[in-house]
Amino acid sequence: MLEVEFPGINLSVFLATMVVAAMPVLLAAIGELVVEKSGVLNLGVEGLMIIGAVCGFIVSVETGSSIVGIFGALLAGASLAGIFGLLTQYFHASQVATGLALTLFGLGLSALLGQSYTGIRPPDFPVPDFGFLSELPVIGILFFSYDILVYFSILLVIVIWWFLKYSRTGLALRAIGENHNAAHSLGYHVTRVRLAAILFGGACGGLGGAYLALIRVPQWTEGMTAGAGWIALALVVFGSWRPFRVVFGAFLFGGITLLQLNLQALGIAINPAYLSMTPYIVTIVALVVISRMGNQTSIRAPACLGKPFDAPK
Amino acid sequence: MKKIISIAASFLLAASMSSVAEPLKVGFIYVGPTGDHGWTYEHDQGRLALQEALGDTIETTFVESVPEGADSERVLTQMALSDHDLIYTTSFGYMDPTRNVAQKFPKIKFEHATGYKQAENVATYSARFYEGRAVIGHIAGRMTQSNVIGYIASFPIPEVIRGINSAYLHAKAVNPDVQMKIVWVFSWFDPAKEADAAQALIDQGADILMQHTDSPAAINIAEDSGIFAFGQASDMSKFGPNAHLTAIINNWGPYYIERTSAVIDGTWTSGDTWDGIGAGMVTIGTMSDKIPSDVQEEAKALIAAISSGEHHPFTGPIFRQDGSEWLKDGEIADDGTLLGMNFYVDGIESDIPQ
Amino acid sequence: MLQLEPRLENSRIWIVATPVVAVLCTLIAGGAMFAFIGIDPIRAIQTIFWAPLFDPALSGYAMPQILVKAAPLILIAIGLSIGFRANIWNIGAEGQYIMGAICAGAIGLAFYPLNTWYIFPLMIFAGLIGGAAWGLIPALLKTKFGANEILVSLMLVYVAEHFLASVSLGILRNPDGAGFPGSRNFQQYESASNPELIAGTGIHLGVIFALLAVIIAYALIRFHKFGYYVNLTGKSLRAARFSGINPARLTIICLCLSGALAGLAGMFELTGPAGQLSIDFNVSYGFTAIIVAFLGRLHPIGIAAAGLLMALTYIGGELAQFMLNLPSAAIQAFQGMLLFFLLALEFLTTYRVRFKLKRDA
Repeated sequence: MLEVEFPGINLSVFLATMVVAAMPVLLAAIGELVVEKSGVLNLGVEGLMIIGAVCGFIVSVETGSSIVGIFGALLAGASLAGIFGLLTQYFHASQVATGLALTLFGLGLSALLGQSYTGIRPPDFPVPDFGFLSELPVIGILFFSYDILVYFSILLVIVIWWFLKYSRTGLALRAIGENHNAAHSLGYHVTRVRLAAILFGGACGGLGGAYLALIRVPQWTEGMTAGAGWIALALVVFGSWRPFRVVFGAFLFGGITLLQLNLQALGIAINPAYLSMTPYIVTIVALVVISRMGNQTSIRAPACLGKPFDAPK
Repeated sequence: MKKIISIAASFLLAASMSSVAEPLKVGFIYVGPTGDHGWTYEHDQGRLALQEALGDTIETTFVESVPEGADSERVLTQMALSDHDLIYTTSFGYMDPTRNVAQKFPKIKFEHATGYKQAENVATYSARFYEGRAVIGHIAGRMTQSNVIGYIASFPIPEVIRGINSAYLHAKAVNPDVQMKIVWVFSWFDPAKEADAAQALIDQGADILMQHTDSPAAINIAEDSGIFAFGQASDMSKFGPNAHLTAIINNWGPYYIERTSAVIDGTWTSGDTWDGIGAGMVTIGTMSDKIPSDVQEEAKALIAAISSGEHHPFTGPIFRQDGSEWLKDGEIADDGTLLGMNFYVDGIESDIPQ
Repeated sequence: MLQLEPRLENSRIWIVATPVVAVLCTLIAGGAMFAFIGIDPIRAIQTIFWAPLFDPALSGYAMPQILVKAAPLILIAIGLSIGFRANIWNIGAEGQYIMGAICAGAIGLAFYPLNTWYIFPLMIFAGLIGGAAWGLIPALLKTKFGANEILVSLMLVYVAEHFLASVSLGILRNPDGAGFPGSRNFQQYESASNPELIAGTGIHLGVIFALLAVIIAYALIRFHKFGYYVNLTGKSLRAARFSGINPARLTIICLCLSGALAGLAGMFELTGPAGQLSIDFNVSYGFTAIIVAFLGRLHPIGIAAAGLLMALTYIGGELAQFMLNLPSAAIQAFQGMLLFFLLALEFLTTYRVRFKLKRDA
């Protein structure tokens, strides 16, 4: 059914490309989703991604193993996010300003660390062997052609969805994001839970960056995230703070970009500048629509998003 | 103003009095980071070649990632105030700032890359990259199996359009069935988007990629897809040893050495330099053994013909995309038209985005 | 164990002392970083902080340039700070800056090549309107539909950036520019240019406006009831409502005001130092100004000081690049550290650190 040659575009190839293209922002966005659900707004996703990219790259090259590199990226992202957590949660610094400073610092530090790593190809990333399955027409390309991180990411999204929806800790996290004072009086450790969420978000951001530098475009070049972190921030909003919608959004964002590039390759006249705006405009529209739907807690922004918490004495 | 000039003058005076001992101070300002592996990287390679060649007689400095506009004018002034004798401004957008600063510091020499405004102490220089594109167009035309060449373009400006036309004309000359598919990414540097564009072109049947963007992302994608690609600005074979056929290399070193030596000798004059393969400002990198030997021979012959001036990549008859005649049989394009080129040649099927 | 207690009143000593301590911490951490990459830390720090101010050859030019570089940051940050005081979060100043510049530029180019006195005032007006209109969008979406203004204003930055690329390659491209990208240069169009006021310093009308903005904002917050409304809304929305403040109206006023000032900054930058609209016209002043606003603790005088400090690190950083071969990445990381320390230590002004023995449960 998907073998259709939609005017000059092979749909299954297109969709498979879209999945891989969406992966860096998807990972970063899913991490930021957890952070925002706990009521914290970290605008430093771009910094987290680029630090993850460079550290994942360096560790991969030095150890010869891209799997070890992934752990390096997770650690690097979480460490950088740790600075954010320390400043905002313990030193009561502004989240917006600290997040922006984080991006500035991450971009600078990554360029410094990566100076002697340009022009190198990292070790290849393992692609699991599905045997005859990956040979199947359409299904082979659509489901069995990816590297292991793609499958891991899907699993991660499911786990996060379950965690937020059904687990006790997840419930606590959401409660803290909605009303930190009430959560505090119920005996939840607001600061600790938020710090954990921030560290997790940092690790995810780092992972997204590493996916870019190790798999999507296997190379290190300064500033290579080129704004992907900001798209991740948009995605969380677009997905109205729900994991599967964020995945859908990531595919849609990636899909629109890919589609316009494909249409150009087909020779169809479009204006790339205007088309490139559409994901952002669509996000604003989506935000308006979900905001209008009123008080359904499940889809609007966490009520305490970006607000500082002072434990009442 | 007066104060600055007096400061500048006192410095120049001091510099000229001690000129025997003091090395010539040569500054560079770059639009990107030196680690971009593209445009800025090659200018910095040129700077290093210059330092290597002239040794202790000069001292080179640089400032990287300087935004065009206000910031560049300030950086240039500060360089001028701190004793530089010669400053290379290596991006198109530095044109007006270079002129402004040059007016205030008449004793200091400026060299502006890719612009068109000269002054008494401002020379301009650029490279005829389209000559290199002619060569890779020829190779691509001969080697494509699918007859589809993919072209990743940055912004619709004359420099980029000229390159597309040159590559297309030379591919078509050896392969009348060739088609060129062009994708504009509206960025000079965005590895992920360049990779997506490469993928889109491959999905659309391209089996050879060319690019006018700075990152080596497309080479990576070509390598993974088992197709071919050409390096841009520098040799990018490290990113895809099988895919990388050859590269158009921006070779600024010889020009920097020549012009800087002229300042030392006192023979420097303003002017406009637009050099290509002949002068060595554009070079074609090492050819991969994936290029059949007869094609390699043809490419070398083409390089020789271009450098001797025997062949101009834009020699008529050439028609514009709308069918009107641009160059008559045997007519050679004038530099003015080339510099402002804003149309595709006949046979390219898409439109230039506006 | 250590405990933080909120102070009843901000500590006056720490207000002055924290920046000093933060700078000292940065010098130590940043110096270690410089030493690590093989650059003499003392010379690097001296070049960044000292040379622009006191180097005999450079300071004559660099000192006024600090004002020029700080002007857009201060102008934007002043606007933002008023909203921030009322918990109205405009983080899209970058977009408003771009739209102000595009509107002003379009008006100016429409009159080209006419030379009359009213073109420049019209452009100032257009810059204000362009920025304010771009700020009005998140304001309306917030007040009508409850859409989060942080997110809407951020998204609009990217829309504005793509729009900028489109117009500078399209309708506003210089028709006499031989097909090269970018608009006409406003410095060369007398009626639309914002020339330097004192020759050789680079100081232009934008610097004067930034100074005025600081003074007016100070007076507004200190003496006018609007300042009182803003502060009250920031402290307690309920209390604000009880005292008759219309929060929706305040949201619209604050977002439009900050948008207008950002647009104005874009207009002055376009017609003065930058000269022309191009794809790379914006250089993150809108985002840096957010940091400046917080570093200045949302106080006009503090913002002026923070803006000047940021500008100093930019200019000193450039000097360090060509004097010491310090990579620009190291300067960026250094700036990041400085911000971290300033933000981290700010709590000392609002909190008291108490050392307590283990408390009983």
